[in-house]
Amino acid sequence: MSWRMSTDEEHFVYHLLLTIHYLLFTVMLTEEERKEIEEELRQYAQKRAACIEALKIVQRRRGWISDEIADIAEMLDMSVDELDNVATFYSLIFRRPVGRHVILICDSVSCWVTGYDIIRDHLGKRLGIGPGETTADGRFTLLPTACLGACDVAPAMMIDDVLYGNLTAEKIDDLLARHGHSRTEKGEDL
Amino acid sequence: MERPLTEHIIPGREPMNVAEYEKAGGYRSVRKALKGMAPKEVQEEVKKSNLRGRGGAGFPTGQKWSFVPMGEDAPRPRYIVVNADEMEPGTFKDRMLLEGNPHGMIEAVIVAAYAIQADIGYIFLRWAYKVAEERLRRALAEAYEKKYLGKNILGSGYSLDLYLHVSAGRYICGEETALLNALEGKRAIPRAKPPYPQVSGLWGKPTVVNNVESFYNVPHIINNGADWFKGLSRSDDGGTKLYGVSGNVKKPGLWELPMGTTIREILEDHAGGMRDGFGFRGLLPGGVSTDFLVEEHLDINLDFDTVPNYGSRMGTGTMIILDDKTCPVGMVLNLSVFFARESCGWCTPCREGLPWVVKILNAIESGEGRDGDIENLELHCRLLGPGHTFCALAPGAVEPLQSAIKYFREDFERHIREKGCSWKRRA
Repeated sequence: MSWRMSTDEEHFVYHLLLTIHYLLFTVMLTEEERKEIEEELRQYAQKRAACIEALKIVQRRRGWISDEIADIAEMLDMSVDELDNVATFYSLIFRRPVGRHVILICDSVSCWVTGYDIIRDHLGKRLGIGPGETTADGRFTLLPTACLGACDVAPAMMIDDVLYGNLTAEKIDDLLARHGHSRTEKGEDL
Repeated sequence: MERPLTEHIIPGREPMNVAEYEKAGGYRSVRKALKGMAPKEVQEEVKKSNLRGRGGAGFPTGQKWSFVPMGEDAPRPRYIVVNADEMEPGTFKDRMLLEGNPHGMIEAVIVAAYAIQADIGYIFLRWAYKVAEERLRRALAEAYEKKYLGKNILGSGYSLDLYLHVSAGRYICGEETALLNALEGKRAIPRAKPPYPQVSGLWGKPTVVNNVESFYNVPHIINNGADWFKGLSRSDDGGTKLYGVSGNVKKPGLWELPMGTTIREILEDHAGGMRDGFGFRGLLPGGVSTDFLVEEHLDINLDFDTVPNYGSRMGTGTMIILDDKTCPVGMVLNLSVFFARESCGWCTPCREGLPWVVKILNAIESGEGRDGDIENLELHCRLLGPGHTFCALAPGAVEPLQSAIKYFREDFERHIREKGCSWKRRA
């Protein structure tokens, strides 16, 4: 005869595990992060208006937004769902881990006309990943992005907030090397 | 030839600091307006100048301001917002202004804010413009220090606080009511109009949103007068225009030229014509939400009133060139993927219709096109057009598609007939 839990017991175990998870993994905002967010609140008539900036403040330090979203929501008098609703709307707020360097490659029309696919394929070959993926060593994430407003120097991309234009295969190799790329599991050596 | 917008900009050089800018005549319009003109007089001068919105729609700026309720019992605070969310593909004009002359931005906001008696201003800047962000922050600090911003500006009794809001992506933020939702910390979904932002905008208060380039014209209109401004132009719309060209031309770039300069002059005299080995096939005159124009249109004046006579719009005035080494179907597919991805998802025709357009174009481009596909695309052009959607994103998406089918129909048909794209083998 097999032993089965009653619904009540199932609930109890579920909540017990959840509590243990929170105790072990709850990430609190640092004092510094809180201060910087408080600073932003002064610009706006309502607290929630600072939410994009608050998310960016945390993301700047941690790379992406994890469970600390609950802390941010509490600071801004928002529910977690309300804040997640905003966070998932904007393409530059990351709700999943990204690599140490985020490469934003422009796939809009001026870059497409001047060689986007060559740039994308070259990056893919060197890094061994496609758009939306992160290298196995966690160094690079490759994300396609809408027009970077650098159409006069197309094709263009950004690495960690710095814009690079007039891209060629050689220029990309040089940039990757400067950001510490040597080899990845599937990618090619430089 | 006068180029008021870019006179202080030297490409590749750091912008002027506040002292250098003042020495070059900067902030003169702030003194003139705040100390010598009534707010309504500033509005009137801008109205007389025929300045039209440079974000692409071309709505008269002075008229936009005149809808703001003024007077003692009008609601407060009032807001002024700079739309610096330049994300229209192929458009890079506002970046040049913001990076090259950040104090020009601040000066313009002060004068415009005074005209509608705004209390608080926001510069809504797109995330990608990091250089502009840093330079604007520095300029804002300098302007506060010099008392151009804050309480009782230059002893005039008028006060204005100006903040920088840096967004986190999404094309739809450029739609002015979506932008207001973004500023309020919400998903950037357009609002129903009316009420218009001038009456009920940010947090329900009167708000004016103008494009960066529109703002930059204001100090010059105040300093030199509406008649001078109209004299700069070759058309009925006043002033100069930042025109741009990108694609396979010899010298892609931006130039400040009289409003109404012909497409041929911009393309040939300034952009140097097509790159060697590339032939001209067509162009999108001002960003991707405008209809294609072709060879026969090269001699038309690029301004708000002329271009619609030829089935397109000036839009942002930064054109994208289609060359003969590039597949027109592939280009429209690229544009449609952009629009489908950037749709905010709020209204059904846009959310569901654009991915269908992408599917059909993808099929045609990859050799799986069928008879009836072109007619199906034309049906989508009608169903996603003006009047069927909540905002202008989908109607904008339809413009390059419908005109591509019109001018390059033979290419669409050949893709279907020959089961594939003959340009795929290029390079």
